Amino acid sequence: MPPLLAIDAVSVAYGSTQVLHQIALTLSHGSIGCLLGPSGCGKTTLLRAIAGFEPISAGSIALEGQVVSAPGRTLPPERRQIGMVFQDFALFPHLSIADNIAFGLRGWSASDRRQRVEALLRLVGLSGYGRHYPHQLSGGQQQRVALARALAPRPRLLLLDEPFSSLDVTLREGLAREVREILSQEGTSAILVTHDQQEAFAFADEIGVMAGGRLLQWDSGYNLYHRPASRTVAQFVGQGQMVPGRWLDTTRVETPLGILRSDAEGTPGAEVDVLVRPDDLVHVRSGDSSASGALVTATVINRVFRGAEYLYTVQLGSGQQLLCLTPSHDDVAPGERMALRLDQRHLVVFPRQTA
Amino acid sequence: MNDTPSAAALPLTPPRRQRRRLFDGWLASALLVALLVALPVLAVFSFVLDPAASVWRHLGATVLGDYIANSLWLMLWVTIGVVAIGVPCAWLTSVCDFPGRRWLEWALLLPLAMPAYIIAYTYTGLLDFAGPVQTALRTTFDWSYGDYWFPPIRSLGGACAMFVLVLYPYVYMLARAAFLSQSRCALEVSRTLGAGPWRGFFTVALPLARPAVIAGVSLALMETLADYGTVVYFGVTTFTTGIFRTWYGLGNAAAAAQLAAALMLFVFVLIISERWSRRRQRYHHGSARFRALARHRLRGWQAVLASCVCLLPLLLGFVVPVLQLGQWALLTYEQSLNATFVTIALQTLLLAGTAALLVLAIALLLGYGKRLHSSRLLRSAVQIAGIGYAVPGTVIAVGVMLPFAAFDHTVDAFMSRYWGISTGLLLSGTLVALLFAYAVRFLAVALQTVEAGLGRIRPSTDDAARSLGLSPGSVLRRIHLPLLRGSLLTAIVLVFVDVLKELPATLILRPFNFNTLAVRTYELASDERLAEASLPALAIVAIGLLPVILLSRAIRRPATGEVDAALTGH
Amino acid sequence: MFQRLTLLLTATLLSCSAFASGELNVYSSRQEQLIAPLIEQFSKQTGIVVNVVTGKDDALIERLRIEGRNSPADLLWTADAGRLHRAKSQGLLQPIESEVLEAVIPAHLRDADQQWFGLTTRARPIMYARDRVDPAELSTYEALADPKWKRRICVRSSDNIYNQSLVAAMIEHLGEERTEAWTRGLVANFARPPAGGDREQISAVAAGVCDIAIANTYYLGGMLKSPNAADRQAAEKVAVFWPNQDGTGTHVNITGAGVTKAARNRDNAIRLIEFMVSDEAQQWYAEGNSEYPVKAGVEWSEVLKRWGEFKADELPMNVLGENNAAALRLMDRAGWK
Repeated sequence: MPPLLAIDAVSVAYGSTQVLHQIALTLSHGSIGCLLGPSGCGKTTLLRAIAGFEPISAGSIALEGQVVSAPGRTLPPERRQIGMVFQDFALFPHLSIADNIAFGLRGWSASDRRQRVEALLRLVGLSGYGRHYPHQLSGGQQQRVALARALAPRPRLLLLDEPFSSLDVTLREGLAREVREILSQEGTSAILVTHDQQEAFAFADEIGVMAGGRLLQWDSGYNLYHRPASRTVAQFVGQGQMVPGRWLDTTRVETPLGILRSDAEGTPGAEVDVLVRPDDLVHVRSGDSSASGALVTATVINRVFRGAEYLYTVQLGSGQQLLCLTPSHDDVAPGERMALRLDQRHLVVFPRQTA
Repeated sequence: MNDTPSAAALPLTPPRRQRRRLFDGWLASALLVALLVALPVLAVFSFVLDPAASVWRHLGATVLGDYIANSLWLMLWVTIGVVAIGVPCAWLTSVCDFPGRRWLEWALLLPLAMPAYIIAYTYTGLLDFAGPVQTALRTTFDWSYGDYWFPPIRSLGGACAMFVLVLYPYVYMLARAAFLSQSRCALEVSRTLGAGPWRGFFTVALPLARPAVIAGVSLALMETLADYGTVVYFGVTTFTTGIFRTWYGLGNAAAAAQLAAALMLFVFVLIISERWSRRRQRYHHGSARFRALARHRLRGWQAVLASCVCLLPLLLGFVVPVLQLGQWALLTYEQSLNATFVTIALQTLLLAGTAALLVLAIALLLGYGKRLHSSRLLRSAVQIAGIGYAVPGTVIAVGVMLPFAAFDHTVDAFMSRYWGISTGLLLSGTLVALLFAYAVRFLAVALQTVEAGLGRIRPSTDDAARSLGLSPGSVLRRIHLPLLRGSLLTAIVLVFVDVLKELPATLILRPFNFNTLAVRTYELASDERLAEASLPALAIVAIGLLPVILLSRAIRRPATGEVDAALTGH
Repeated sequence: MFQRLTLLLTATLLSCSAFASGELNVYSSRQEQLIAPLIEQFSKQTGIVVNVVTGKDDALIERLRIEGRNSPADLLWTADAGRLHRAKSQGLLQPIESEVLEAVIPAHLRDADQQWFGLTTRARPIMYARDRVDPAELSTYEALADPKWKRRICVRSSDNIYNQSLVAAMIEHLGEERTEAWTRGLVANFARPPAGGDREQISAVAAGVCDIAIANTYYLGGMLKSPNAADRQAAEKVAVFWPNQDGTGTHVNITGAGVTKAARNRDNAIRLIEFMVSDEAQQWYAEGNSEYPVKAGVEWSEVLKRWGEFKADELPMNVLGENNAAALRLMDRAGWK
């Protein structure tokens, strides 16, 4: 069985400007993907190409094995059975909520349609709002209606274009979880576009990081964080600092934090950068005897209280700055020194960038 | 099955092809129609290279300076006038409340039904030296000619006043729609930043309404430039009278066409520079939520003043001329009101109705075509097609006759040669040619309204409907048409009223034994029988009145989709 | 349903172009109300159906020219000799031989090549305020350039064909140079910038804005018969003076008609013109608009009798057309707005 969505070497160009370069990814049935990247990276263009709004200049897009986009040939959006939820919701202001949801249910019998609309209203928690009009609802409610409307015709794939960005933060996280729940109840595959990595992690099985019109990595959230394929992905996903190092032999790297062991093999003598995440550094409280591994001491430059934890910015003797996440009880004032231990499962190593 | 689709899967299935062709069919037909409508304008431009140097030397040495100066003065004063009347009335009726506001709101549109040449006749009758006003002054004060100064009605100033009185509703209507659709938020923001209500008006509300005001002014100016009847009657020589003087009097069609082309170029440059001047600004409010402005209740002298400000243009632009026409009609109705008159009225009604629907359909095709495809070719073609509004009707008529006759002659020659049948004139001299001329002449009015309406519908709305399985045509039918109801009604009414008033093109292009009220009015008035002309003139006003009232009821509701639905939803 | 409607609509729209053979098609710059009763009479007498489009002369000629040999028009009917001449010189008319027309219409009132025929004449004399002007002071058009008339003359704009024809005739009589000098003198005597029609000039004389006007007589006739009392009162205050009676005569123009080159009903067209010079038609046509019959011996209306007999300029009418552009340029130069 072919995958639900297969994107093969897709490029999109506006005139002579190329906005997408050789994008390739596949999404299997029932899974939820996410395109993550800063604004202007091309993620929305890719989403619109999948929906059929943008013609592609190279490559192909296939849905369940059927080619829907190829250079010069674009199956129009209305024939793709792809649902879409828009950033500004795009509800039809002249139709009631029920009519909005029923909009895509053409060819259904009246009773089927009514049942489907009722079911969806229940699903999104808006039972009883069918006769209301969009402007009478709050932003979050409008978003749920937009979702219900897109889900109503049981699309093969649902696309969500920054659907939570116009909502306030507290609403955003709750709704993202809720939508995820709804999608799995409906068994709908989806692709979400966002610039918010927390949202991406909370929502997606697979995440594609995009920058400059290229898909840098298509992977699980865990892998993106802990096994970034490139320096750009490492810098975009999560926080962290690059620490200079050098391969001692094929498995060990020497760094200011000590000598670290790697799963992968390197060329002895080669200069590298090692990615150190804030959660890779553990604060060793004085008197903690269970400490093992290499210990370094650093000066606290700055700290940010985050409720459950502190995010410290510290400086090593070499001048190298690092980020360190500690429980919020670990209270060290700026200017004081703290002992740190590197607790890393996988060593992420990039060849040193030459200036 | 393969996991990755191979190139072999590429040949697309037939139904998909059909869909694509429909999609492109829209672009193709929009392009075709735009080019067709632009044809008469291009036909006039085809004379540009014909030699006419001696006529130009003569014109340059004698009257051309006057033509240009008078036209520019007209434009300047009409602009000042329509803005000075249209904007304050729009502002007062949309954000304030004062005695009479409810009916003034729609009554202020009534002068739209009054053709400029008819209001010119009536004011001349009233204010001329021999008219009742000056006669009364003379009898009261025992003056005679030369003892006193009275503003001469037949002058550049008089012509400006006439145009302002009947054209200000364009600015009023569009500015009002803009004011009503402005969110209260923008104004409130300005208040929190320390701007009083007056500064709020000048720094926020007016700039936000600027495109609407400019659109209104440009409609008024285009109509002013195209006018022939009024300025000729007032003895004001303008670019347009110059075109006819050169064409008929000097018998030089090439030089006349060149003058007309110069006029069109001038208008074109104006339009382009206006577009350019606001190229970076966006005027639709981004917020999905919208709160209507709360009316500010005026009291005391402020209320009286507001009522007067709104009452005056209505009185001068409508009530006074209608009373004068009515008085004349009373003198003549017995001989003028007969079966022929009723036939003519019905013919006019049908013609204007058909034309309005046709022009609206074309405007929708082009406006929606531009929304679907950002084709530069289509944009230019639409721009040229829209220029007809500034071109005198007679020039349009000739521009229509040339290609139609060329087509007819070709068909006739072909048929005679191969089948021995002479088909004669198939389209020339039929209502088809006349309706086409109306489309060329009035497309700009409908297009501007439709495009403004479409611009207020966010593009994501189209995308949402497409992703829910609607073809572009269905999107237009099920989403845009309901949302555009107000704009479409406005467009229909404006074109209807314009066709009702249209004279020069109708006069030249109409078929045998076919008359309109405007033609009837003209024939009597040109024979200098104003009293007899008053009945058909009143009929024009009366027939124009109905849709104008309809329109005014429609614009009472703000024009954004959101608010449209807000009002229908309750 | 929709298709049937479209078909029906198309049929209606195109049916206007279909003209049954034998029906006479007329392009007329004479207003419908002035010719409709006569045409009705003609149809009743002959059984010939007549279709009419009215419009401005120049526009109708342009339509005729563009429609070319396929034009449905059989007859061009205008209110000005200059336009008939222009139609002829553009090759839009055809010569016709008609003993009736040649016998009835004086030679200077028809085309030398028999391409058009005058049907009535319209005179453009001087009109003066009875209470302020002694007719003895008046003599010729030329004398109106005398400074003694400074600020006392009202004439409409030079856009108007009647003024163009008048100046065209003057050019023929005086030559271009002297005509221009005369025009400058006349313009210098204007009481106000030209505006409005001939009736306005007459009203202005009556109201005291100026003392004399140059206007066509039928406008005065129209005012005398007007339903508006103010018009009638004004007209009573104004009298007609026939200028140039000792010389070339008072300037006249004609209304006239010609058969088009494309005519498919040539014979019927000729019949209509011939009908127009019958005694009955001449009398009605002239009386209806206070114009003068071209046919000798036709009884004048009461209004015409009141203004009296006069000597008309017998300049061949085609001269008016030939000199028209020159006249207009001259008026532009002289500042006649």
